[in-house]
Amino acid sequence: MSNETKTMNQQGFVESFLSAGSDSVAHAFKKSSIAAIWFVFLTFPIMVIKVNTIEKTVAWKWENMAYIALAIFFGSFVWRWLLAQKELKKDETKGETKVEALLTVIQTTPLIKFSLLCLIGVIAVVAPLKFTFLSSKFQIFDLYQTNIMVSCLVYVVLGLGLNIVVGLAGLLDLGYVAFYAVGAYAYALSNMHWGLGFWFALPLGAVLGTLLGVVLGFPVLRLRGDYLAIVTLGFGEIIRLVLENWGDITMGPSGISNISRPGFFGMKMTIVDSTIYMYYIMIGLVIFTIFCVNRLQNSRIGRAWLALREDEIACQAMGIDKMKTKLMAFALGATWAGMAGVVFAAKTTFINPASFTFWESAIILSIVVIGGMGSIRGVIVGAIILILVPEYLRDFAEFRMLLFGAIMVLVMVFRPQGLHQPWCHFHLRPTWSCHP
Amino acid sequence: MEYFLELLLGGLTRGSIYALIALGYTMVYGIIELINFAHGEIYMIGAFTGLIVAGLLTMLGFPGISILAIAITCAIIWAAAYGYTIEKVAYKPLRGAPRLSPLISAIGMSIFLQNYVMLAQTSDFLPFPELIPEFGFMSDFKTVMSSSELVIIVATVLSCIGLTLFIKFTKLGKAMRATAQNRKMAMLVGINVDMVISATFIIGSSLAAVGGVLIASHVGQINYFIGFIAGIKAFTAAVLGGIGSIPGAMLGALVLGLTEAFATGYVSSDYEDVFAFCLLVLILIFRPAGIMGKEKTQKV
Repeated sequence: MSNETKTMNQQGFVESFLSAGSDSVAHAFKKSSIAAIWFVFLTFPIMVIKVNTIEKTVAWKWENMAYIALAIFFGSFVWRWLLAQKELKKDETKGETKVEALLTVIQTTPLIKFSLLCLIGVIAVVAPLKFTFLSSKFQIFDLYQTNIMVSCLVYVVLGLGLNIVVGLAGLLDLGYVAFYAVGAYAYALSNMHWGLGFWFALPLGAVLGTLLGVVLGFPVLRLRGDYLAIVTLGFGEIIRLVLENWGDITMGPSGISNISRPGFFGMKMTIVDSTIYMYYIMIGLVIFTIFCVNRLQNSRIGRAWLALREDEIACQAMGIDKMKTKLMAFALGATWAGMAGVVFAAKTTFINPASFTFWESAIILSIVVIGGMGSIRGVIVGAIILILVPEYLRDFAEFRMLLFGAIMVLVMVFRPQGLHQPWCHFHLRPTWSCHP
Repeated sequence: MEYFLELLLGGLTRGSIYALIALGYTMVYGIIELINFAHGEIYMIGAFTGLIVAGLLTMLGFPGISILAIAITCAIIWAAAYGYTIEKVAYKPLRGAPRLSPLISAIGMSIFLQNYVMLAQTSDFLPFPELIPEFGFMSDFKTVMSSSELVIIVATVLSCIGLTLFIKFTKLGKAMRATAQNRKMAMLVGINVDMVISATFIIGSSLAAVGGVLIASHVGQINYFIGFIAGIKAFTAAVLGGIGSIPGAMLGALVLGLTEAFATGYVSSDYEDVFAFCLLVLILIFRPAGIMGKEKTQKV
């Protein structure tokens, strides 16, 4: 290994880049050519031929073939180089990259950590406000960006909630969106029928989420691993379909509109003001969530979750009630989803079942896994990436979701443990599993 | 009675398609314990390839039945190629990674492929030419069963028998069973595990492609989104039967197809998917490992 690294250093960067993952540069060129030819073959029918069966016309788009060949030829060099870098890292577990070293310094020095947190806090607080400084207008987030930030913060709360279930307790839940939907509909319906305000609905959503978590969790938590995953997925779909078809109560697919925004002691607010108000509510909720999750993680029950995740049988032998502990995780995770649902309904003032599809669950799960399971910081970073990236990719219009999918794959391939790996010293086993 | 028969055959057709897709899920799960979310997309790509090839051949004036054969062959070739490539790109670098990482990679792949087909082709529903001709001998039964339903059921039965024989009697099938039981052990006795995994993806994808072309020709239209719901249902079927077990996947798919058909026929068509998922929840609560899953399921 050390010999290899030496030769790697002796070679120029260009050469090492070109020949990464293969014997020589010539070999690498051959590999890339083969990959390019293979992908041209692979994408041939879908990319090149466009048949119109009604008008009986065929459009041939040969130029796409050239684009694919070029993209794959050059892309495959980058791909192999990145894979080789990942391998190198695996071998030298002790070596820290510069970014990681910087992070360690920040974490271990309380002064820097504190002042950084303060800086982030101040920026977060003043961001949506308008300032007049030396007669020039100054504003970090405009209305549109504040709106995006609010939805990003909603996803932070959702991610942190699901993190309890998936990251800490190790229960794969693919139907998390059900609790989110219940919170949203609880506020929307109670607001429509009885004029219930946001501040009463928020705890109501949390309680309903918890209750539903217990009710759904009770029968299914006996199942293991992927069986649990598919049953929770099923429950998520059942809730959505019921919302869609039970038109008398839920207004069906057309949804509920004109949900009132949160009030502040009966003050009248413009849309801009209430968006900024919403933003501050979300900042508060996120801080509250981080505080609770952090306390939970280090509590008796949090440690029980970690133990249960690592080894169920040993955990039971230590006298931990498996069922109760799992149910707690499920219900507590659902609580945050219920609250986030209320906020979502208040933010958009319109909800319909289409907002609560399986994709929503998949996105929330991706936030948790891409961020790094069990890590609060990771979840926040994951939410920012997964929610803000598609928003700012709007310039690419229709390519947005294509890039989004590609980014998900790439992050996982090159950083399978997630962006931030927590509890390094707790990891007894190299792989995390749903069942022992 | 006639209504009952119609529902029964409709359910069998539905179940057959679920079975063809579910086999891919269950085989992949049996070998690498991964819920391959991109599998539904392979089914969709198979259907699209079939549509493109069939459209071209119709314009060139090929006779009816040969179009079906060529379209299915091409769909199989390309779907298998996609399955193989997806495994190499998105799952192989993740061997030994934390368990949920390949799952997220699969979800990302699924989003990617859907949008890829949408951008390259179209986001509208495309009409699919009717490839399966009306057989003469079927005219007496026209009221209860169309010939495309017959073809779908027969093709599924043949594929299932073929697959079972393949797994039971060929060398590669034996290697697959061994890999499913214990990957490390299989490596030690000299089985090329990478090759076995690739073969599993190729076989699973080919079956999905057959299902894709047949059902698209039966229903008459496709769009880029068909893979999602079919994939979820097929996965439900695979779990229902006991995931990792091949006969389980077939049985689960049939049970699911029939339940859906009868529930929509006799109760309400709005709650079609609700019945499917309720059935799943009920069966798993009373039999946590699925219908065919025992303490130790026969994998692959």
